[in-house]
Amino acid sequence: MEKVFIVGIGATKVREHWNLSLRDLMVKSAIKAINNAGINKQDIKAIYIGNMSSGYLQGQEHLGALLATWLGIAGVSACKVEAACGSGGAAFHQAFLAVASGLYDCVMALGVEKMTDAITSDVTSALIMADDQEYVAFTGASFVALNALIYRAYIKEYGVKQEDIALFAVHDHKYAVNNPYAQYRREIKIEDVMNSPLIADPIHLLECAPIGDGSAAIILCNERFLEKKVSDQEGVIEVLSSVLATDIISLHDRDTYITLNATRVASSKAYKMARIEPKDVNVVEVHDAFTILGVISLEDLGFAERGSGWEIVREGEIEIGGKIPTNTMGGLKARGHPVGATGIYQIFDIVTQLRGEAGKNQVDNAEIGLAQNVGGVGGTVIINILKRVR
Amino acid sequence: MSINAAIVGYGVYLPVYRIKDVEIAKVWGRDVRRVPIKEKTVPGPDEDSLTMAFEASLNALRRAKIPPIEIEAVFVGSESPPYAVKPSATVIAEALGATPKLYAVDMEFACRAGTTAMGIVIGMVSSGIIKYGLAIGTDTAQGRPGDELDYTAAAGAAAYIFSNPGKDTIATVEGTYSYVTDTPDFWRREGETFPRHTFRFTGEPAYFTHIIGAAKGLMEKMGLKPSDFNHVVFHQPNVKFPLRVAKMLGFTMEQIKYGLLTGEIGNTYAAASPIGLANILDHAKPGERVLIVSFGSGSGSDAISFIVQDGIESRRHLAPYVEYYIKRKKYVNYSTYAKFRNLLKMR
Amino acid sequence: MAYTKSVPRIWRERIRKYRLLGGVCNDCGKVFYPSRRFCPRCGSGNVNKVTLPRTGKILYFTVIRNAPTEFKSFEPYILALIELDNGARILAQLTDIDLEEVYEGMPVEAVFRKYKEQGRDGVIEYGIKFRPRE
Ligand SMILES: [Zn+2]
Repeated sequence: MEKVFIVGIGATKVREHWNLSLRDLMVKSAIKAINNAGINKQDIKAIYIGNMSSGYLQGQEHLGALLATWLGIAGVSACKVEAACGSGGAAFHQAFLAVASGLYDCVMALGVEKMTDAITSDVTSALIMADDQEYVAFTGASFVALNALIYRAYIKEYGVKQEDIALFAVHDHKYAVNNPYAQYRREIKIEDVMNSPLIADPIHLLECAPIGDGSAAIILCNERFLEKKVSDQEGVIEVLSSVLATDIISLHDRDTYITLNATRVASSKAYKMARIEPKDVNVVEVHDAFTILGVISLEDLGFAERGSGWEIVREGEIEIGGKIPTNTMGGLKARGHPVGATGIYQIFDIVTQLRGEAGKNQVDNAEIGLAQNVGGVGGTVIINILKRVR
Repeated sequence: MSINAAIVGYGVYLPVYRIKDVEIAKVWGRDVRRVPIKEKTVPGPDEDSLTMAFEASLNALRRAKIPPIEIEAVFVGSESPPYAVKPSATVIAEALGATPKLYAVDMEFACRAGTTAMGIVIGMVSSGIIKYGLAIGTDTAQGRPGDELDYTAAAGAAAYIFSNPGKDTIATVEGTYSYVTDTPDFWRREGETFPRHTFRFTGEPAYFTHIIGAAKGLMEKMGLKPSDFNHVVFHQPNVKFPLRVAKMLGFTMEQIKYGLLTGEIGNTYAAASPIGLANILDHAKPGERVLIVSFGSGSGSDAISFIVQDGIESRRHLAPYVEYYIKRKKYVNYSTYAKFRNLLKMR
Repeated sequence: MAYTKSVPRIWRERIRKYRLLGGVCNDCGKVFYPSRRFCPRCGSGNVNKVTLPRTGKILYFTVIRNAPTEFKSFEPYILALIELDNGARILAQLTDIDLEEVYEGMPVEAVFRKYKEQGRDGVIEYGIKFRPRE
């Protein structure tokens, strides 16, 4: 297996991009990543595009050829990768495999989602497609509702106050303030969260990642390409491990709701593959589409005991300067969650930290970073572990 | 050929929601002391005549104690099917598990459709064409807001399973009689949301003439008189009409008391007299004779007489009584009622 | 949207949706809904079809206040994870219930109800919901 490196990143801001289309967003982030790597677009041999809902929300499939055309590199290997909200992470995983296998020396992983052209209830319809259409979506379930059931199960099991879980949203907003790419660059208080309207009881509006548009791209290459084309680059990142695991797609078929088994499976494999332990990780991106998911993920990734993820949030351990700095660029909640692009934004944010380019949010001497991207209610989880090598 | 059929299972269903006539009267500025009934059932937003028929049928199956696949006929009488074209009987049969070897039909025959379905199933059972048949009367009746019918048009379903008389029979069919003329006191044209009616024309030439015609016809045919019956149930668009027709025919309050439920639940149209019959069966003793006389506007009347059998004692507790459904209620105000009944303009 | 307007796909699932047709795994004992070829827990193909009981209790519930487009007119409604009497779990809407009545552990019973319509002139989709049981 070849070593895999990240040599370029690019992203658009996450926001309501009224002036940018799905293809504009893709082209923009791709060009930024290519320029960031200092390579030519013709160097790219394959593109993996993470996207969940272009078909439903944009009436547009076949994103591989679309991007290749609009980027002016038709002929390149390119296709869409879909794993619900985990599409971005899954696309990165495919890009990793393509380089690791030795087939390509330089590829691009790109995530994109264009959500704001649709009315909210259509977005709600699109997102529930992450679960079983016949026996879950059929019931009128929304994606928030499924996470609300997890939330209830967690509160019941551990007797936790909702405020302690909701704190995760406050945490994310604090760091988004300094992230120029973030959708909500303002702080919020726990009272704001608890007083915001209920979406699916007990989940409040400000506990949910927002709807937004965005695209992010990552250039990956092998060692030979690195030495030949970008030998002078500072802040080269190695992908130590990239693992994707699935779980039973729907909650009602599972035996437990308070842990995402796929996170446990994927992360333990990823730690092993990277030859590290959780304590070696300096900076983390967890998939907090909802506050409860952030808390549970801290536990499933091995940063907190079962039932105490909320405690390490409250104790400040996930702050910069804490034991395990988490979502230091705003996370899904405040940086934004353009669904299929999120997994790539997470890598973008980790690379930014590992390169020492995080500005006011910089984690000192960040060397190893981990990104956890979740599809559906944990039906897919992708763990990527990155390390700065020079 | 003689009748060789009996009720072996019966079941009813009423929606949980109720609206008081006083609440309706307040909205339309009517004298709250002059309302036709106390309250009526209101179907929930996810209910229709098909879903209610299914629940009633499930209760009938519980009492019949037969696997659904043994049902060989499903006849559904209703004037409020969810589709103009696409049967309810097939959906009900599929949901129950009675398909595909099955006779089935949807019958529109105004408020009389429930008993007419019973009559046809009685015939099929007696002839030996089928062993078990299900007859259903079900309606989510619509009244034009503010109209007289708005105060009474209700929702409910009743289902009866017939077979040849046997040892656990609930009630044997003694005789049937049908009375038909073209007397159009009430109708709904294709594509129209609400029915129209002819006010006082519904009384004497329609309701009374046909009920009396059928009741007298049956009694004459069978050589019976009113005092031979322990219980009687008439179609009940309101409380007044069945009381008056009982008196005209020579029945007493005692005979009509179990069968008259309109004051509490409203007019359930095709389910009205069948639900009354179910309430009688909930209370009757073996050996008692029961008369049911339905009426449907423009369709006439059925009269059927039953003799209650020993099986009633061991079977009636196998499904909820009519009284259970009457007591199980949640009141809604007129705005919620309007929302549930799709009376608000959304597009 | 095309996917919501398909009649064949509703027709195809009708038996499992109308009759609570589940499965039971002969190897690990899991009872599940709907029926399928392999056990979702252990993967065994040694499974049988079983008609699930119509009564159970609420494990967890939520109130949906921002529904998908097809369910907009029913807002707000309760969605619950229900454990049936034989241990099978099912996700379903509750009906005949006020928002303030519901609680974890509430006994419920299955009813046949309308879930949605494929537009005003389209087919009606029926299925199993649950209501409070006395
Ligand atoms: Zn198993």
